[in-house]
Amino acid sequence: MLEDWLLTLVTFLPLVGVGFILITTRGDEEEASTAAKQMALLTTGCVFLLSLLIWVNFDATTADFQLVKRIEWIPGSSISYHVGVDGISMWFVLLSTFLTPICILASWDAIKTRVREYMIAFLVLETMMVGMFVSLDILLFYVFFEGVLIPMFLIIGVWGGANRVYAAFKFFLYTLTGSVLMLVAILTMYGIAGTTDIPRLMEAGFSPDLQFWLWLAFFASFAVKVPMWPVHTWLPDAHVEAPTAGSVILAGVLLKMGGYGFLRFSIPMFPDASAYFAPLIFGLSVVAVIYTSLVALVQKDMKKLIAYSSIAHMGFVTIGMFTMTTQGVEGSIFQMLSHGIVSGALFLCVGVVYDRMHTREIDAYGGLANNMPRYALVFMVFMMASVGLPGTSGFVGEILILVGAFQASTWLAALTATGLILGAAYMLYLYRRVIFGALEKDSLKALVDLNRREIAIFAPLLILVFWMGIYPSTFLDLMAVSVDNLITNYTVALGEAAGPALAAK
Amino acid sequence: MNAVTSLPVMMPASAEIFLAIAGMVLLMIGVFRGESSLRFLSYATIATFAVAAILVVTQGGGGEAFYGLFVSEGFAQFAKILILIGSAFAVLLSRDYLVREQAGRFEFPILILFATLGMLMMVSANDLMSLYMSLELQSLSLYVMASIRRDTLKATEAGLKYFVLGALSSGMLLYGCSMIYGFAGTTSFTGLAAVFAAQTGVVPLGLVIGIVFLIAGLAFKVSAVPFHMWTPDVYEGAPTPVTALFAVAPKIAALALFVRAMMDPFADLIGSWQQVLVFVSIASMGLGALGALVQTNIKRLMAYSSIGHMGYLLVGIAAGNQAGVTGVMLYLATYIFMNVGTFAMILAMRRDGRLVEEIGDLAGLSKTHPMMALALMIFMFSMAGIPPLAGFFGKWYVFMAAVDAGLFGLAVIGILTSVIGAFYYLRIIKIMYFDEATQPLDDAVSQDLRVILYGSAVVTVLFVLFISPVYDAAKVAAISLVGA
Repeated sequence: MLEDWLLTLVTFLPLVGVGFILITTRGDEEEASTAAKQMALLTTGCVFLLSLLIWVNFDATTADFQLVKRIEWIPGSSISYHVGVDGISMWFVLLSTFLTPICILASWDAIKTRVREYMIAFLVLETMMVGMFVSLDILLFYVFFEGVLIPMFLIIGVWGGANRVYAAFKFFLYTLTGSVLMLVAILTMYGIAGTTDIPRLMEAGFSPDLQFWLWLAFFASFAVKVPMWPVHTWLPDAHVEAPTAGSVILAGVLLKMGGYGFLRFSIPMFPDASAYFAPLIFGLSVVAVIYTSLVALVQKDMKKLIAYSSIAHMGFVTIGMFTMTTQGVEGSIFQMLSHGIVSGALFLCVGVVYDRMHTREIDAYGGLANNMPRYALVFMVFMMASVGLPGTSGFVGEILILVGAFQASTWLAALTATGLILGAAYMLYLYRRVIFGALEKDSLKALVDLNRREIAIFAPLLILVFWMGIYPSTFLDLMAVSVDNLITNYTVALGEAAGPALAAK
Repeated sequence: MNAVTSLPVMMPASAEIFLAIAGMVLLMIGVFRGESSLRFLSYATIATFAVAAILVVTQGGGGEAFYGLFVSEGFAQFAKILILIGSAFAVLLSRDYLVREQAGRFEFPILILFATLGMLMMVSANDLMSLYMSLELQSLSLYVMASIRRDTLKATEAGLKYFVLGALSSGMLLYGCSMIYGFAGTTSFTGLAAVFAAQTGVVPLGLVIGIVFLIAGLAFKVSAVPFHMWTPDVYEGAPTPVTALFAVAPKIAALALFVRAMMDPFADLIGSWQQVLVFVSIASMGLGALGALVQTNIKRLMAYSSIGHMGYLLVGIAAGNQAGVTGVMLYLATYIFMNVGTFAMILAMRRDGRLVEEIGDLAGLSKTHPMMALALMIFMFSMAGIPPLAGFFGKWYVFMAAVDAGLFGLAVIGILTSVIGAFYYLRIIKIMYFDEATQPLDDAVSQDLRVILYGSAVVTVLFVLFISPVYDAAKVAAISLVGA
């Protein structure tokens, strides 16, 4: 019984929290804020614990969708509420439910105005994110996919920095433009296949000519979300202006929506087009890896630097998944999970000093190792994980992707690998300027080290970074069957298309 | 046979007959009791609409009346229910305004009633003559309503503009009708459909001209580009509750009429009118989106917004299939609530007791009136077509029909203009949520407006749960008009 409704419960429980916040927190501003924060933390905590049950109940031996629930929604147009997870989407659900309570905690003191609304926005956002990853109906997916824009727009616009309005508009309109093109593609697919059910669409077998256009339309949406060069420009703006927790969710989960979309739609539904366009993806991704790394080197703003590093890391992800090798795809999923945690943590690290100093200028810092040793340690671990030091989560993803890329093309692997070097350069450079050196600036001398709340935020992230780095099998084993299934179907579909051509030879 | 007067044959028109009689009775009451009867008349009008709605629902499968001049089937019934809801909201919205502005005239609800009667007749018109007559009944009532505040310059100007341009469009419509009659030899929709179905070969040029003139007349009524020029001025100049009426019920009626005219008599000539509608639709979506970008008056902005919405609705008609009609009907059902809610908000925008209309007046609303800001935000996101709000599903179904009909270019252009449109809807949200308040709006908002505002917001949000029954009803309506 619970298994049937588990995903639905995880998806919509945050909305129950919203209801409670609306009903219970009235009266005095101060009390209402505290109550709203507690309620939000409690709700997201419960959601996370419940989502662990997904993991517990997950059967790693099958590539089928599990914990499936299907309810008629618009039977007249054969559209249903259909949810379920496989070895790929389950991890993204867990990532979302894991990061949200951390975001709530990270906003505890940082958000001082309109706290109730902020917490409501985050809870709605959680529902949208989880709903998007568990959707097995493409209309339902689209509803959640677009729905994310509403709370995120408000989070950036209301609680963001000085240039927040520009950033919020840019974020919204960029992503909307991409997604509406996907909407036309969805309508076309629905017109042909007569269904919006994702498993059935995967078997629909669209003609290669049509795949070409459908793939491009989906690409417009996912490339903006990932974001891929050259449509990445919204991301640095959004990251810089968003409040810390907004950046964490943006980097941690929202960017993964694009990668997840490629894996769930583009590759299984349009295999011929995916094979055809793989060089395009490789090209754009390599440019992203090298170019954005170089851009990151010269940034003066910490958040902007991490934002550019995100684009570079997501470049790795798109390279990995389009190599269509087991290592490449597993690596890209793993890299997305790792990046979700590491870049989220890095934004939290920036948030820690920003809360104290209210500036993100790298030049305003220096020598923090002297009076903030714990902070320096935490920052170092995440910095190393971002660089891809063996033993941290970043290493596993990157090495798998490189192995996959090497099978596809040695040049691709070589160019991708330069990203690792550049990554090490800009991260170490950042770390040196912020943490090392003499503690000369007077304003910095008074800074206090991490407090208990902040340690509580970082502890689970640290554990995960090492867990994923030292024993990645926990994660890889559960996704293996689904990934193999994805690749098998892809190869079979390509074989069918190539079959006649080969026979003619 | 005395068919006209025998009761069963008039039954399909029972709601209209009831409205006409009730309207005359209420007018008498108003005349004899004077201005003091306004309150009673408002409620009586709403009650009349309710009874009419019941009559519409209970008449079953419908049928023809008045020798085929009038037809009622699932399609007409669906549209009539929407119109009655829209008109009832307009009466409710006007009460607070009429009292506060001391503009209370007992004719106000009566005029709405007669306009609504015209709209119901429009939806059921099955002949070019009944089409024209019902259209004029509606239009004449609306001309008067636009300038009902005859002591203000703006309202009289709006009324005059509306009248002159409306008369011009009626002229074009009539001209088109006469051309069509000249080439087809009948004015009955059923007869026209039979003539065109039997016709083979090239469509006569004169007939195409006639249809284009007819489309021009109808496009004027739905304020589609390039016949939209009156809309922003009339929306701005007319008293706000009148604008609220203009934005909803007449649009539904005119669109339903448009759908019937295109899909019933001229269905077989789709090759001749589809291009025209594709153009009008693209132009409306584009101009609606671009024109709204520079507006500072919220009523003018809503005028451009409605031009844009008409563009999206015309996508459904241009598709020319059952899915398109279904989409149009579902879209209209969501359109009512978004618009009525937004106008409730505009009517609630008062500072120091006076109505304000600048978008900038909403600055900081989220701090001073959080619930009202939330409601308006919901309407704006919904109009921008962002899921999971109601407005998205209307767009989903009309564009689905366009894609079904192979109109990919129209779908892509339309959907891209919705991104431009999203910008100005977001601008309103930005002003409410991101900007600091200059001078807060008044706190005192009447109970009526509150109920309508929050009620519409709830409907807009929860529509996602109840699409299925609305969709099924819209589909039944569409099938009754165009077949499966």
